[in-house]
Amino acid sequence: MPTVYVNDQPVELKPDERLNCIQAAQKAGVEIPHYCWHPSLSVVASCRMCLVEVGDKKPDGTVAMVPKVVPGCQTPVKDGTVIVTNSPKVQAAQRGTLEYLLLNHPLDCPVCDQAGECGLQDFSFKYGRAYSRLAEPKNQKKDKPYIGDQITLFTDRCIMCTRCVRFTREISGTAELQVVSRGSGEEIDIFPGKPCNNKLAGNVVDLCPVGALCSKDFLYEQRVWWLKGKNSVCAGCSTGCSIRVDQNKDVVYRLKPRSNPLAQGEFMCDEGRFGWKYIHSEHRLKFPMQKLPAGITPVSWPQILPALRQALTEAAKRAPEKLAVVLTPFMTVEEAYLLCKFVKSLSPAARLFMTPAPVVGEDDSYPKDLRGQAAPQPKFTIRAEKAPNRAGVELVLQHFGGAVESLDAVLAQVSQGTLEAVYLTAGSPEGWITEEQAKSLAKAKLVIVQDLLDSPALPWATFMLPGTSWAERDGTFVNHAGLAQAIHRGLRSPGDAWPDGRICFELAGRTGIFHAPTIRQEIAGEIPALAALIVGDLGDEGIFLKSAGETASAAGTESQVPVTGGSRS
Amino acid sequence: MSTYEPVLLARIHKEQSHTLDSYLADGGYESFKKALGMTPVEVTTLVKDSGLRGRGGAGFPTGLKWTFLPKDHPGPIYLAVNGDESEPGTFNNRILLEKDPHQVLEGIAISCYAIRSNTAYLYLRYEYGAAWRALQKAVAECYEKGIFGKNVFGSGFDLDVRLHRGAAAYICGEETGLIESLEGKRAWPRIKPPFPAIEGLFRKPTIVNNIETMACVTQILKRGVEWFKSIGVPPDPNNPRDAGSYGPKLYCLSGHVNKPGCYEVPLGITARQLIEEYGGGVPGGRGIKAVVPGGISMGFLAPSELDTPLDFNGPGKVGCLGLGTAAVVVIDDQTSMVDVVYNTARFFAHESCGQCTPCREGTNWMQRILHRIRSGQGRMEDLDLLLEVSGGIGMMPGTTICGLADGAGWPVKNAIRKFRSEFEEYIQSGRSTIKPCELIGAH
Repeated sequence: MPTVYVNDQPVELKPDERLNCIQAAQKAGVEIPHYCWHPSLSVVASCRMCLVEVGDKKPDGTVAMVPKVVPGCQTPVKDGTVIVTNSPKVQAAQRGTLEYLLLNHPLDCPVCDQAGECGLQDFSFKYGRAYSRLAEPKNQKKDKPYIGDQITLFTDRCIMCTRCVRFTREISGTAELQVVSRGSGEEIDIFPGKPCNNKLAGNVVDLCPVGALCSKDFLYEQRVWWLKGKNSVCAGCSTGCSIRVDQNKDVVYRLKPRSNPLAQGEFMCDEGRFGWKYIHSEHRLKFPMQKLPAGITPVSWPQILPALRQALTEAAKRAPEKLAVVLTPFMTVEEAYLLCKFVKSLSPAARLFMTPAPVVGEDDSYPKDLRGQAAPQPKFTIRAEKAPNRAGVELVLQHFGGAVESLDAVLAQVSQGTLEAVYLTAGSPEGWITEEQAKSLAKAKLVIVQDLLDSPALPWATFMLPGTSWAERDGTFVNHAGLAQAIHRGLRSPGDAWPDGRICFELAGRTGIFHAPTIRQEIAGEIPALAALIVGDLGDEGIFLKSAGETASAAGTESQVPVTGGSRS
Repeated sequence: MSTYEPVLLARIHKEQSHTLDSYLADGGYESFKKALGMTPVEVTTLVKDSGLRGRGGAGFPTGLKWTFLPKDHPGPIYLAVNGDESEPGTFNNRILLEKDPHQVLEGIAISCYAIRSNTAYLYLRYEYGAAWRALQKAVAECYEKGIFGKNVFGSGFDLDVRLHRGAAAYICGEETGLIESLEGKRAWPRIKPPFPAIEGLFRKPTIVNNIETMACVTQILKRGVEWFKSIGVPPDPNNPRDAGSYGPKLYCLSGHVNKPGCYEVPLGITARQLIEEYGGGVPGGRGIKAVVPGGISMGFLAPSELDTPLDFNGPGKVGCLGLGTAAVVVIDDQTSMVDVVYNTARFFAHESCGQCTPCREGTNWMQRILHRIRSGQGRMEDLDLLLEVSGGIGMMPGTTICGLADGAGWPVKNAIRKFRSEFEEYIQSGRSTIKPCELIGAH
């Protein structure tokens, strides 16, 4: 096993592992401060913050050190490499570099969005000096409020790490950002009239280690130390980007991508990043409602659930083949399982459907070349399938003998009278049913709608169950490649809305509380295709369902149909 | 010493010296033909044996550099010739290219053959208009006469020489900055390794050589190794790492001398000899306060150090960075060193490419401190601060990617060490040598 020594602490590497000093030190739990280096971008070694001393440990135990300090990001480690990150020489280099970085950096932390998660603040505190020796006025560069629709640049805060420039060149391939001018007059800029509006543009804000590039959406909204983050998975498409939901007092302020080599890598797209606004829509359903002879009335959960169970049991007795549950690819695996299991327990003849995932355009891969063509080996893909869990729900559906049917086909059966009772779960938050389609529900005897937003289906609903968005619930999403990732409840739901998992759990009359890892283990025991979920806790990166990738992709081609025009009232 | 007969500059005073006809009449391109009769390895060995060291500034042995190319590389291999002569005070490439471009082109052709390259790029700084025109004409003539192109002189060797005109940036003279610029990118020097000989221009093995080095290659082929080794200074026996300083060198003499100009003399001449025998002394019989031994980034020689031999080792022994480009700038005793140092600091602050933090911020900081001192608001502690900044941006080894920071810090550090009393006197007097016009453009 190759062994590297970080501050005299041995670290074992895998035989084929190729790391630089920063990564090797990370393995030892030692932080080497850095700005310009990023695992997904090329190495430029220009910030000079990661200077370390390196050497070579000979087999006889002697160490030959390189006489100078070297940038850790640019120096690969091999068996016997010795890295020293805390010698006086290294500390002097770090202190020197920080002084230069802060020389012209404005002291506007009190009004800077990055304060609290700022590389300059953190490293100054740890490695810098307390005061500036600059006697002259600082360079003041003009702010550039329009770098893109979502991005603003505080030019004087920039430390010229060029991560953003490299991102637009290497990951998005669109190359909008560049360095203009020279020396200490250098600035990040766009070409006039060519703003940075690509679909991955928001990532440059995350990449910026200081508060230079800021998101207009988040600007001055919150101090970051007030935010509480929960790990989750973006529900925007079937890529299933690992993200963190940052909220304060049950208000989401931003989504940030998490590093997950199994899912998407380091980044996320702007569609997902800014596509969460419906969570705080004024059309959110807040209270369970029931259609009573007196009209549509709010009813408490303890009342509505037994009534609903009763109604479903009766429907199953009357004509089990006319009872249908319509799942959607927006549900979690747990919810789909609980609902299917419950309905099948009422009557094995009850029918299960899943509406196909909405598909918009084609998969959009990056980096793009000059002609807008995707590179042969994409580094990031925004998928056309705009649902987070088609693969997962499909596996549950197959196990319980359901079928993928379009909503129109299901509603046609309602019109023809072959279905009398339908349990509709929420589709795309962009709208999943039109007024016209909803009219078909008139003929049904029992309509249950479980949704988080107001929709044309509601007037026809006998029971209306207010569900929640993905950010407010626990569960499992399976992405296009069969990677099962856990989503976590990051904030409380408005009003009396319940996480959908809890609704399904209590509707089924189970005792106890809905606990996703426990249900996952139950599912693993029951559905062979989901056996990998037996671990319960999926960790931060998730786990692959073996062979689920093939199943999902094979089934995927059929169940993808172009999105139909649905609208929210 | 004064008996030395110029070789590199032998033809520059002739009529029409820049034309191919004139060059051929003087036995031009015979060395190239001679090289074509040898194997590439033989040519490389010849250059290596001659002890020729690169004339661009660092003084790296040319033949040795050529041997760093990967053996049996399928190609292409490139030769990039560095004509981005931007070091203040340096103008020997200009003379060569304007007056005798074919001597350089012949050296390029020989070098290409030696390193098995079929394409040479000549990178010329933007400001050299006359040299650009002379080169364009010279290259066209060579293509016309079949000296360049396919199957040169029936030898089966193909050679293309492409000219590239820069956009006037000091950093384009750094070898990897030059490569980036040739590729059409912003001239930010690359991190090494890989060195250009392994992965350079267009990610292919590349050798970067100076214009004057190319002219020397021509002469080595023409006159032989023995001739070259008979000129200059042999290696210092006490210094095993010294490769010697052989051959003629074009010294660019400027500043406060009666006869400034480009003089070809053997390496190892002292600054005093150069100034007095060739430069005709300082105007008005004034004294010398300081001499820049080889381009402004090398530091300063104090009057007591004028007998330092200007070879590749000499200036280093008296606290200068090295010989550099051998641009000797004389500063008389009427000049304030504060002004001189400010001027150099301003140059480097303007030319820093801005990639590495210490150089980007440090050069600008030094300029601003010096500007403040010159405006009469200096503090004594500024001198120590300047020493620390100039020492920190480059000379703490490894803090920057390229050598610009070393070059920016060195003259400041060197001047404060050697002329500290003058700086102290200047600060204490509270006077200002700043001109009103400078305040307008000052940062």
